[in-house]
Amino acid sequence: MKKASILMILGPLFLLGLYIFPLWNIMLGAPQYPDPLGLNIHISGLRGVNEFDIQNIDGLNHYIGMHTLPKPEDMWEFGTFPMIIGFMVAFGVLIGILGYLQKVSYQWFFGWFILMSILGILGMYDFNEWLVDYGTNLDPNAIMKLTNPDGTPMTYKPPLLGHVKMLNFDVTSLPSTGAWLMFVGMMLTLTAGYLGWKSTKTQ
Amino acid sequence: MKIYRYLTITLGSALMLISCGQQNQSSNGALSSSAAEKVYVAPGEQDEYYAFLSGGYSGNLTVYGLPSGRMFKEIPVFSQFPTSGYGYSEETKPMLNTSHGFVPWDDAHHPDISQTNGELDGRWIFINGNNTPRIARISLSTFETEEIIEVPNSAGNHSSSFITENTEYVVAGTRFAVPVPQRDMPINEYKGNFKGALTFISVAPETGEMDIKFQLLMPGFNYDLSHPGRGKSHGWFFFTTYNTEEANSLLEVNASQNDKDFIAAINWKKIEEYVNNGGGTKIPANYAHNVYEEETHTGTTTMKKEVLTVDPTKVPGAVYFLPTPKSPHGCDVDPTGEYIIGNGKLSADLTVHSFDKMLAAIEGEKFDGEAYGIPILKFEDIMAGQVKSGGLGPLHTEFDGKGNAYTTFFISSEVVKWKLGTWEVIDRKPTYYSVGHLMIPGGNSRKPFGKYVVAMNKITKDRYLPTGPEMEHSAQLYDISGDKMELIYDFPTHGEPHYAAGCPAELLAPKSKKIYRLDENKHPYAVTTADGSKVVRDGNEVHVYMSMIRSHFTPDNIEGIKVGDKVYFHITNHEQDFDVPHGFTILGQNTSELLIMPGQTKTSVWEPKQVGVWPFYCTDFCSALHQEMQGYVRVSPANSNIELKWSLGE
Repeated sequence: MKKASILMILGPLFLLGLYIFPLWNIMLGAPQYPDPLGLNIHISGLRGVNEFDIQNIDGLNHYIGMHTLPKPEDMWEFGTFPMIIGFMVAFGVLIGILGYLQKVSYQWFFGWFILMSILGILGMYDFNEWLVDYGTNLDPNAIMKLTNPDGTPMTYKPPLLGHVKMLNFDVTSLPSTGAWLMFVGMMLTLTAGYLGWKSTKTQ
Repeated sequence: MKIYRYLTITLGSALMLISCGQQNQSSNGALSSSAAEKVYVAPGEQDEYYAFLSGGYSGNLTVYGLPSGRMFKEIPVFSQFPTSGYGYSEETKPMLNTSHGFVPWDDAHHPDISQTNGELDGRWIFINGNNTPRIARISLSTFETEEIIEVPNSAGNHSSSFITENTEYVVAGTRFAVPVPQRDMPINEYKGNFKGALTFISVAPETGEMDIKFQLLMPGFNYDLSHPGRGKSHGWFFFTTYNTEEANSLLEVNASQNDKDFIAAINWKKIEEYVNNGGGTKIPANYAHNVYEEETHTGTTTMKKEVLTVDPTKVPGAVYFLPTPKSPHGCDVDPTGEYIIGNGKLSADLTVHSFDKMLAAIEGEKFDGEAYGIPILKFEDIMAGQVKSGGLGPLHTEFDGKGNAYTTFFISSEVVKWKLGTWEVIDRKPTYYSVGHLMIPGGNSRKPFGKYVVAMNKITKDRYLPTGPEMEHSAQLYDISGDKMELIYDFPTHGEPHYAAGCPAELLAPKSKKIYRLDENKHPYAVTTADGSKVVRDGNEVHVYMSMIRSHFTPDNIEGIKVGDKVYFHITNHEQDFDVPHGFTILGQNTSELLIMPGQTKTSVWEPKQVGVWPFYCTDFCSALHQEMQGYVRVSPANSNIELKWSLGE
């Protein structure tokens, strides 16, 4: 249980990486952009991969009537997510310490993992909702109004995960360093739960 | 005899080629395809070298890629350039100020890239204005002219703009001797009265800012070309002369009488020391110093009022004359600094002086008389050797860094490769036609990149499709990586390129500026946010603070302008994206368009003379909605009382 608890203390600390590294990354490349434009999604706001990428993405998107990319103050998520992550880190470390002191059982480890997974899925759902809104809620006075072959208005939702060809752009959306650190951290807590379970079984 | 033998060999090989059959008759077959491969830069690939060719009478500097011969850019330096508004915009007009007023043209001859320890460092490139003597410094991160200094007491600023090996000085030597200071005097009293000023302009190591440190007032010869010593001869500068006869009329005959003219060897370190210790005489002068600030995007002119002159006879041991046959033109120093090559342009042979022998002769005081108190060394004592080339009219020499030299021959139109030390001719290739300078990238430094030589030819006829009586000049590219030179490409150049400078692409490409940062824009009339746009009247002057971004101007409608107003459009480009300039022009404008780079502010003056509603628009196809990037200015009669107002989206 001691080994498990140490892992349980360590695991949530990996989430601190989210304060530094981006959670997600969306790249937009096209023949006229050999250096692709890129968007890093941090838990506290959006940043361009290169300094002026956001301005330049907005410049392109205004042709098709997409809204400008939100500033941190435009979305409650960017205020709330850092608090939730902070809470989950503190909570996870606390469980680990209590586990080390034999005050709580390994189920708490699994409990933290499940709670974090649910929050993660909610986060993804929320992120996807935003992408849908961003890509479909277009300015009715847009300069260019494009339609699909079936006549429906074209929408521009970037993929949640993976690659999509959007007009002349190749759009690739992938988890970034922060997400991978979170994944590693969560796996550590899962392992902690498993080791805790094994150690109680052998006792 | 030699020429006959040469002709026979040429004829012989031509016959052999013909006898090879059908294949060879159609434009060289396999040979031309291998040349094509050597110069082909596939789509998406980039060139290996930058080449900067002077524009001669275009007054500008052009940027080419090697080996492709593609022209990338024309950098305006001494000439107004309506493409970008250089010399027309309020910010750049000061760059062309001189003591003779606004001089919007010059004859640009010899570019030279800055050096550190004798190797190219890629910070700046310098070039001379020949006619109204000036030296310009161009930034190699923005590729814009940053500074122009006028050179007083000088005329035909030809033996310029060459730099010492740590860019301590850029020199400006006068081709024409003139009265110093200028005055009203009979021309036929030239001899003994006119002076030849050799001007040493210091370059500040950090900023590159130029300042005339001293002018050496030499005898009234014509100072034609120059080169700095390097390596062991660092600290010396060499200038070729002609018209040591000091003739003032019909020079083609009267200046070709002496069998030998001179190379003036100047120990500038000695003179610098003399000057630093308070030597020299300050004399009144009047010359412009124009500096362009990157942060304010604005040039300013300061008129300077005096210059420090040095009499060479007052600094013993600083100046010597090296006799050199037949009106030498080119003056070149090899990468080791040992050999000084003076090309007698009316001769068939090249004369090479030895720096070591020169020092020994000075040490032994073996002089062959003097001219105006300056010791003349004995020809035999200082000569290292002669290249018996059999060509006609040697002009300029460059080096490949492997102990070989390449000399152009103007009259016989060829490039001749020869070996330093043995003086034997290794190879020769014709040029088409009448070659002047040649350039090996890094050839003016201690480290030439001996892969290509570019020959700059004066006559182009028969090479390209004709374009009326005038053709652009032709450059020819030779591969010199093997034992024999190989002509691999022909390309037209712009203006009359005299000299060129080249360097590897990796020295410049990574630090080339892509945008000007809007948050660093300190132009006094810049608007860095669109809501800062406004129109302000001050008497009959109206200042429009305008911004531009794909695809609109802010504001795009302006009313309340009156006939007789002087309207200043101060326009800031809000793009922060590489290579997205916008243009501006308005109907009836008496100047030129502006081309404004991302983050930059430029000002155009418009003086409406007629009542009406006059459109302005973006001249650079900037985006899918470029055609919509436009606006109107309403101009009312001079006595009207229409309120000044401006708007966007109303």
